[in-house]
Amino acid sequence: MIKYIRKRLLITLPVLLGVTIINFIIMLLAPGNAIDLMTNPHVNAATLALKTQALGLNQPAYVRYFHWIINMFHGDLGTSMTTFQPVSEMLGERIGPTLLLMGLALLFGLLIAIPLGILSAVKQGSKLDFVTVTGSFVGISIPNFFLGLGLISIFSLNLGWLPTSGMETLGAGGDLADRINHLILPVIVLSANVAGRNIRYVRSSMLEILGKDYLRTERAKGMKEWKIICTHGLRNALIPIITVLGFEIPMLFSGAVVTEKIFSWPGLGQLTMNSILSRDYPTIMALNLFMAIVVIGSNLLTDILYAVIDPRIKFK
Amino acid sequence: MPEDIDCSNEQVEKNETDVSMYRYVAHRFFCHKLAVTGLAFVILIILCALLAPLIATQSPFVVSDNANLVPYWKHILGTDSVGRDVFSRLIYGARVSLTVGVLTVLISVGIGTVLGLLSGYFGGKTDMIIMRLTDMFMSFPDIMLILVIVSIVGPGLRNIIIVLGLLQWPGVTRIVRSNVLVIKQEDYIKSCTVLGLSTSRTLFIHILPNTIAPILVYATTGIASAIITEASLSFLGMGVQPPTPSWGNMLTDAQSLTVLTTQPWLWVPAGTLIFLSVLAINAIGDGLRNALDARQQ
Repeated sequence: MIKYIRKRLLITLPVLLGVTIINFIIMLLAPGNAIDLMTNPHVNAATLALKTQALGLNQPAYVRYFHWIINMFHGDLGTSMTTFQPVSEMLGERIGPTLLLMGLALLFGLLIAIPLGILSAVKQGSKLDFVTVTGSFVGISIPNFFLGLGLISIFSLNLGWLPTSGMETLGAGGDLADRINHLILPVIVLSANVAGRNIRYVRSSMLEILGKDYLRTERAKGMKEWKIICTHGLRNALIPIITVLGFEIPMLFSGAVVTEKIFSWPGLGQLTMNSILSRDYPTIMALNLFMAIVVIGSNLLTDILYAVIDPRIKFK
Repeated sequence: MPEDIDCSNEQVEKNETDVSMYRYVAHRFFCHKLAVTGLAFVILIILCALLAPLIATQSPFVVSDNANLVPYWKHILGTDSVGRDVFSRLIYGARVSLTVGVLTVLISVGIGTVLGLLSGYFGGKTDMIIMRLTDMFMSFPDIMLILVIVSIVGPGLRNIIIVLGLLQWPGVTRIVRSNVLVIKQEDYIKSCTVLGLSTSRTLFIHILPNTIAPILVYATTGIASAIITEASLSFLGMGVQPPTPSWGNMLTDAQSLTVLTTQPWLWVPAGTLIFLSVLAINAIGDGLRNALDARQQ
């Protein structure tokens, strides 16, 4: 086990390094730097040159890369070019709302996908199976922004049941019911995707298990069908679902960018869009790197978790 | 579409050895109801894109004084905020979506296939480097990296196609690689080595054709995801720029609450078309997967 984890970590390190290099190269290509921002008629060239030196911008790219990495380990992700706030501070404010949104979407998405996927596998070829599979196609095919706009138009504007945007009603709100009301629509949008992607995954995983010999043996022993499925089928079918968590994180981040924009949700996705539109590169790069690291971390975690639960994996 | 399809006797046909591979695959594909419906819809969209000047009676670009018109016989979906005919823009928008979908996939599948072949066939250091590169690119949430690069190189149809094409290859690489790893062990590939065939001949003439099935399935779903990504980018204002009509940028206006409630004809048709096209293409992909992969049955 420890050998497997060590091997897995050894693969992760170069990937992590590569991700920071890709990020740094993009940053070099991005137009504009901190000096351009200070340039105005009142500042003379000598001051600018001094400032350039102080910030280390006159040094070769690889030196700047190491400075950037060292600063990052000290928690210094740079300064926003629009708000002049430290980027780490901005990130810190935004992580909570995004994690809340993503966590709930993942939870509800899987709560829909797992039972439906199992049911449609058990009743393969039935009407229920057809409806479920078609439904999962709808889930993966509907654009986030279209579903979001549609839901706002129906439930917020026409029926007036739910708020259109934000995390809480300004001034008046803040209590639990108000926050839940604000969460409903964005969570529906994101969990529709999660459910759509995973129904077929659960279904095919279950179908594979249902064809296994040991289930046939149980049937031959005269065990009841539902008991076979619940005790032996389900447990084995759900193991591969763990890896899904690793796939879902990058997808959810992508989904959050569009969804948070539509619902003005004050999270990382909205911060991403705002900084892209205002070309605030220090913030963009920090966000990009942060998300990549979270993705790498969650992949590592799910792989290790998978190996712990399924002992067969170690021998590969 | 063959008329004499009887989906019930699938087993019988499979056992007849004189039925060609292509007929067998086509037969299985046409038994997939959802996929056939999807194919019909995609053909309709392709026809709309090709015959756009004939179907759209008015220019999708010309700005007129007749802004924000309610639908009537002359403008069946009304006009947008600068007086352009929405129906015409919708028809021309099909061209953008299909172009982005197909060209993006050609680029990414091209790169991904070559890297996958090299990685799987040579193994060792080559494999290690290519796989770690794949891991790196897959670590970034895709829309994130796309948005960042587009913000540097600038939006627009051509840039979107290039950026999407250059970023979507890792999935193909992984699929091709895992298939090559299996095929490499087959006797006919070993005999290629014994016969002294060149590496490139073995790779492209003998291994590649045997990995076509998974590539085809992946390419189909790749078109769908490219269309949805382009639409999202255009919606966010980072994709295809007006006046070029794209289904995505037609929904940008719907971010204003008045358009959202009072002028549904401006955004509902465009959104529905994106949704239905992506759904149709995904269904075709599933049909192909079923038809090409006998293990699933």
